[in-house]
Amino acid sequence: MSAIEITFMLGKILAFFGIVVALAALSTLAERKVSAWIQLRYGPNRVGPFGILQPLADGLKFIFKEEVVPDGANKLLFRLAPAMVATPALLAVSVIPFSFPVMIDGVSHAMSIIDVPIALLIILALGSLQVYGILFGGWASNNKYSLLGGLRSSAQMVSYELTLILSILVVMMLSGTMNLTDMFYDQETGQVLLWTIFKFPVGTIAFGLFLIAAFAETNRHPFDLAEAETELVGGFHTEYSSMKFALFFIGEYAAMVTMSCLLVILFLGGPTLFGLLVGIENTWVRALLGMGVFLAKLCSFLFLFIWVRWTIPRYRWDQLMHLGWKVLLPISLVNIVLAGVWVIYIAPTWGG
Amino acid sequence: MQVKRVEKQLNAFEKLGIPEIIKGMLFTFGSMFKKRVTRQYPEERYVAPAAVKGQPLLVENEDGTPRCVACSLCEVVCPPKAITIQAEETDRYIEREPEEFSIDMLRCILCGLCEEVCPKEAIVMSDRYELAAFTREELVFHKDQLLTPKADLRKRIDFTKEKFDKWNS
Repeated sequence: MSAIEITFMLGKILAFFGIVVALAALSTLAERKVSAWIQLRYGPNRVGPFGILQPLADGLKFIFKEEVVPDGANKLLFRLAPAMVATPALLAVSVIPFSFPVMIDGVSHAMSIIDVPIALLIILALGSLQVYGILFGGWASNNKYSLLGGLRSSAQMVSYELTLILSILVVMMLSGTMNLTDMFYDQETGQVLLWTIFKFPVGTIAFGLFLIAAFAETNRHPFDLAEAETELVGGFHTEYSSMKFALFFIGEYAAMVTMSCLLVILFLGGPTLFGLLVGIENTWVRALLGMGVFLAKLCSFLFLFIWVRWTIPRYRWDQLMHLGWKVLLPISLVNIVLAGVWVIYIAPTWGG
Repeated sequence: MQVKRVEKQLNAFEKLGIPEIIKGMLFTFGSMFKKRVTRQYPEERYVAPAAVKGQPLLVENEDGTPRCVACSLCEVVCPPKAITIQAEETDRYIEREPEEFSIDMLRCILCGLCEEVCPKEAIVMSDRYELAAFTREELVFHKDQLLTPKADLRKRIDFTKEKFDKWNS
């Protein structure tokens, strides 16, 4: 490995990790700002220009707050749970390509921290690990509301993960790969693939299913039953304070960023912009422009997550299960059959 | 009672709730650009209308003398006993004026009885509503702090004249 490759690697790690943490922090600000705008308020505007330093102020506040471990709590699991939520969410960033690959000494390097053929599997596996953190947090708190929140969250994640995976399966069938970088391109011809969302009806249905399942997976509205304030106080993080609570928060928002990344890569063609950027000869310029496009798409999805939270009322628990098992699952199964038909009969006529 | 129940028959597409969700999303998106209703308080202050009963203040005549004749009616009527008056003689026509007049704003309940009972329109409820301080002493207001030129309290004086129908100016 040459020096430039090592520098590139370290740069990628710092840059992508920084991007995701910064986005997670900024989306807490965006959450408060957008909610304020929707409710005809101004939102935080006292800390720095337009309140841009609010996440820093919040972080400082969290560091100086007292850490409370409730009486009768399982101390080990109680301390482990926040880390188990935040770590998988941040780890999943490692396989996400943020842009087009760049050429260094004639070798193509993907713009993800590690370029593995099974990137999708890794993300799904890490996403499922997050449930343990939430369940541990709920159980170890020794509080009935926390336990209920943890139980709800795990049941919800297990049932919606099926839909999530089945809709990803459709994308895999359409693009023929599990490598996220290859999802921008057709493997054989090197051409830019048509965005999956435009492959009507298969891709569009898969997008809708994935979007709904992503809301449930990240415990966001309208499926945030794990922390339904009106019913369960704060859900699984009722008993948490200080940095432990902040870690739950970072985990939640990092998961949101990861899910938005996946949405962009799988359904909106990642950094591609209708094939405009692919023609650029200099791979570095192309990669930078691609990253700009990627981040723009990513931010619009983050905005969608927040926008939906302040619009749609929360689902009831049985409605949630009904939707997951009786509506979304059959649709996604049918969609797989449709995808098979598409791959065999329609895709060849479209040229990929 | 006869209740007539009208249920709209929804078709399959409407049952999905998608049109309603889109309607709601568009509404919230639109309201992001509407006029904000928040008042940016320290910069944008609330101007209290005349009917607001704020901190009671003493009225000062145009020649700089207090209107108060130290009759002690307000001191007597004050329910939480917030007012303390010490009278003294004066050479002026009215012969009496307060030597010391203090209102303890920690006790005051802003009921406005002092204003109502005053025969000389010497004490009125002003539009001052920012009543906070770091020490207890700061919130006990004395005569020189309470005396306010009549012009500044004009709005409230006119209001009370109309309200209490007092004609003793």
